Amino acid sequence: MIEFREVSKRFADGTLAVDGFSLQIPPHSTTVLVGSSGSGKTTLLRMINRMVDPTEGTVEIDGEDIATVEPVKLRRRIGYVMQNSGLLPHRRVIDNIATVPRLTGVPKAAAHERALELMDVVGLDRSLARRYPNQLSGGQQQRVGVARGLAVDPNILLMDEPFGAVDPIVRAELQQEVLRLQRELGKTIVFVTHDIDEAFLLGDRIVLLETGGRIVQTGTAEEILAEPANDFVAEFVGAARGKRALHEERIGDRTVLVDGLGQPAGVLDSEGGSEAGG
Amino acid sequence: MDLIGATLAWIAGFVGSGELWQRLGEHLTYTFGSVLIALVIAVPIGYLIGHTGKGRELAVGITGAARALPSFGLMLLLVSLVGVVQRPIAAYAAFVILAVPSILAGAYSGIQAIDKTTVDAARAIGMTEWQILWKVEAPLGLRLLVGGIRSATLQVVATVTLAAYINLGGLGYPLLQAIPLRRDEQAFGAAIIVIVLALLLDAAFGLIGVLLDRLIPTGAAPRRPRRPRAVPTRRARMVEAPTAS
Ligand SMILES: Nc1ncnc2c1ncn2[C@@H]1O[C@H](COP(=O)(O)OP(=O)(O)OP(=O)(O)O)[C@@H](O)[C@H]1O
Ligand SMILES: [Mg+2]
Repeated sequence: MIEFREVSKRFADGTLAVDGFSLQIPPHSTTVLVGSSGSGKTTLLRMINRMVDPTEGTVEIDGEDIATVEPVKLRRRIGYVMQNSGLLPHRRVIDNIATVPRLTGVPKAAAHERALELMDVVGLDRSLARRYPNQLSGGQQQRVGVARGLAVDPNILLMDEPFGAVDPIVRAELQQEVLRLQRELGKTIVFVTHDIDEAFLLGDRIVLLETGGRIVQTGTAEEILAEPANDFVAEFVGAARGKRALHEERIGDRTVLVDGLGQPAGVLDSEGGSEAGG
Repeated sequence: MDLIGATLAWIAGFVGSGELWQRLGEHLTYTFGSVLIALVIAVPIGYLIGHTGKGRELAVGITGAARALPSFGLMLLLVSLVGVVQRPIAAYAAFVILAVPSILAGAYSGIQAIDKTTVDAARAIGMTEWQILWKVEAPLGLRLLVGGIRSATLQVVATVTLAAYINLGGLGYPLLQAIPLRRDEQAFGAAIIVIVLALLLDAAFGLIGVLLDRLIPTGAAPRRPRRPRAVPTRRARMVEAPTAS
């Protein structure tokens, strides 16, 4: 479990990015921090691996105050995936994935073998192993980034808008991969996004933030959709709600569900309907 | 009016007598000796500045001032300071001061030109500062560092010609000897040899640059292979470009 206790962060230039933030992040599930730009999501995420140290308060992992843990050691047991992959451009895919295991003394052959397995895990063809990052598509680079994040078999995986820069189709694919990985690996994932749809899709628990890292609401997608805590939330999830609020329309003898934008979302399966059988 | 013929004849004699090799040896010893000393001084400082991002203004100021110093005057001044017996030290000092600014600039600009997110990610996955420096910043900054070494070497190789003024030999020796004696063919011949040497060194550094481009992709220019596994080089891209359009 990751626990933020009354954490604040004031940067050297005086910006108060996070103001008195407290949160418990349960293990083996996905917690999504969502909020508009500048709400402090990245700052909060980077406090977990000490890329940012809080100016007040503490962050604990499994009861241990991480301020007492050496940053390099801490970071090597936490996976980190960022928006523009952050891969090392001068290293081949396989060496990028194997970077941290190699640093911690895993022999090259073993690290490479493991890296190839991880390529399978994230759905990358092994034939890409000897390419350099700039010979991959954006989506492939992000998969390599995820594989690298998993290379040390961390309990915690931090993901900062990992799919922010890929096109919608690839993004949807990658989101499904994250769901699958989570089902198979059961990591504690802390995922940052400003896309509420992505948050609803991926999050077992969603933390809605506004400026200063102030929590507006936490809950499951269903809870937030059903009962937005205030107008801010209602507005933030508004688009999603509009899309998700379905109503029935009858076309012939079929009942079609139409969303708030007038797009057909599906056909209501009548009892004994031919669709369901097969 | 056979200056060209006379010059070629002088060069032939200079090469034939073996004096070329002696003077070239002296010249290259001074050149590479001072560039090496400058590397030892400038690279650690440049890396420190590049890695920490601190002290850049100071470095720019000092290197600017060092560049403005006239090497010849500096050399003579240093000779008068350290004494005639120690004049190789004076010469080395002047050449090192000449070489340091370019190498320093190459070292720190090479690191500063690296995408900040690359370095940030390296830190976030758990590299130590040393590992970031040696495994990320040094290789990715090498191309610009070599560029700095290249210009330092070219400046020094030209300036070492002046070492002959304080009787230290080098390829400047036959040149300076020729001028008061009005031996034009010798002056020309010696000058040509210095120029050829500079061009050869420049070409050698160009070659190193091409090799580095092949060995260390920096991610500066996105590139896609036509075939999997192939690692395209800059040359390959240039060749491909016209057919693609
Ligand atoms: N190193 C820094 N120095 C000064 N201010 C910073 C620094 N990093 C972040 N900030 C400020 O802190 C606030 C929160 O930034 P943060 O990056 O955490 O936001 P975010 O929610 O991740 O935004 P985005 O969605 O745009 O990524 C912003 O006002 C930002 O300008
Ligand atoms: Mg952010």
